[in-house]
Amino acid sequence: MMTKRIIPCLDVKEGRVVKGIQFVELRDAGDPVELARVYDEQGADELVFLDISASVEGRKTMVDVVQAVASELAIPFTVGGGINALDDMKRILRAGADKVSLNTAAVNNPDLINEGAAFFGSQCIVIAIDAKYDAEIDTWRVYTHGGRTPTERNVIDWAKEAVERGAGEILLTSMDEDGSKKGFDIALTKAVGDAVSVPIIASGGAGNAQHFLDVFKDAEADAALAASIFHYKETGVGEVKQFLRNAGVNVR
Amino acid sequence: MIGIIDYGMGNLFSVSKALERIGMPYIISESPEELNNTKGLLLPGVGAFKDAMTSLQEKKLDQFIHRYVDSGRPLLGICLGMQLLFEESEENGHFQGLGLLKGRIVRIPDRDVDGERLKVPHMGWNKLHFHQEAPVLHDMEEGFVYFVHSYYVDSIDEASLLASATYGVQVPAVVGHDNVFGMQFHPEKSSETGMQLLANFAKAMERSEEII
Repeated sequence: MMTKRIIPCLDVKEGRVVKGIQFVELRDAGDPVELARVYDEQGADELVFLDISASVEGRKTMVDVVQAVASELAIPFTVGGGINALDDMKRILRAGADKVSLNTAAVNNPDLINEGAAFFGSQCIVIAIDAKYDAEIDTWRVYTHGGRTPTERNVIDWAKEAVERGAGEILLTSMDEDGSKKGFDIALTKAVGDAVSVPIIASGGAGNAQHFLDVFKDAEADAALAASIFHYKETGVGEVKQFLRNAGVNVR
Repeated sequence: MIGIIDYGMGNLFSVSKALERIGMPYIISESPEELNNTKGLLLPGVGAFKDAMTSLQEKKLDQFIHRYVDSGRPLLGICLGMQLLFEESEENGHFQGLGLLKGRIVRIPDRDVDGERLKVPHMGWNKLHFHQEAPVLHDMEEGFVYFVHSYYVDSIDEASLLASATYGVQVPAVVGHDNVFGMQFHPEKSSETGMQLLANFAKAMERSEEII
């Protein structure tokens, strides 16, 4: 029986985890490998590392982080942020990442999806979509550059195109719900899930375990991602999974 | 010493790190001479069946693998590496595999028996069901392992089916016959269950002592 995946997301800047994570019992609170290990022990099914480094040096450091994580952890992980070319994908995947996540670069140059899928296989290529509802067009609009730049694309069409080009998975972030802690965007997640045949990772809005149950039951998401509720220990991966198990959802 | 076959089709880093974690020495090589100095072989693989077979043939590794298996030493294929062990595949055409195990590789149906839609690839953690005793499953519980694949083994010989997972169809997950083993999932990415499976394979190699 297939299980639903719970995926903590770590923002990594210049090789360090940022966003004020409060694992007080750890000596080095900013070490991505140590945090990865904590989440692994809690039962995380997968991890996402988002490289938000501003400098080229910081990007190079990310390769070291990827190697260190791959050496220590035996669960799959995805790396996103600053991946603009096939060479960037090669660097990250050869360092031991299992998947790369493309966002702005894929919107600007959709052929990058085809190139990546042809070279590494679709299973390695995750397309991250930042989505915001737009009343004027009565659907969700794709944003790039970390949610700062609206594009002409609508989310459903872009998701379909990305999958046709070879994307193996969609990491779908609701900008409307992100940070709200009011729950995942059910309508958005369901709409994209119905439109494409690859797994959907729902992201944005997780505030408690019930929200995970909602997005799995009502939106049929395959996986759900969260950052702050895990980082701030409002709940743990293990607690969320126990709640889901009690509610009849298959989890590992 | 395990030999990891390097034929340009796999994430060798993760596999080698997993072997380091269980304390198993390894070499990574594309040279039959070097690989022949080992007690067990690992055939990893990510990508397309045809490209993988072509690459093995170009490097004459297909013949080497047959000779190695004939010597009685164990071989473990992982993911695409497992699919290559079978007779044929219909991935993007019709292609011959290594023919070490009986069965053919076909696409995972995108509907289950009730007509419910199934996503392909089969991606994520799924539970193993054991079918019979085998050295690689020794002392193990039916745990969860991480799958990523769009094709699976159809018409497998019941005798070689060691463990399966359910995804619309019965997906052969651990297969084996004599000294040839395969795992459809990624043991190197399957946490403790995966490490235990790899460790069991390493133990199965001990019987190679007298062969080389």
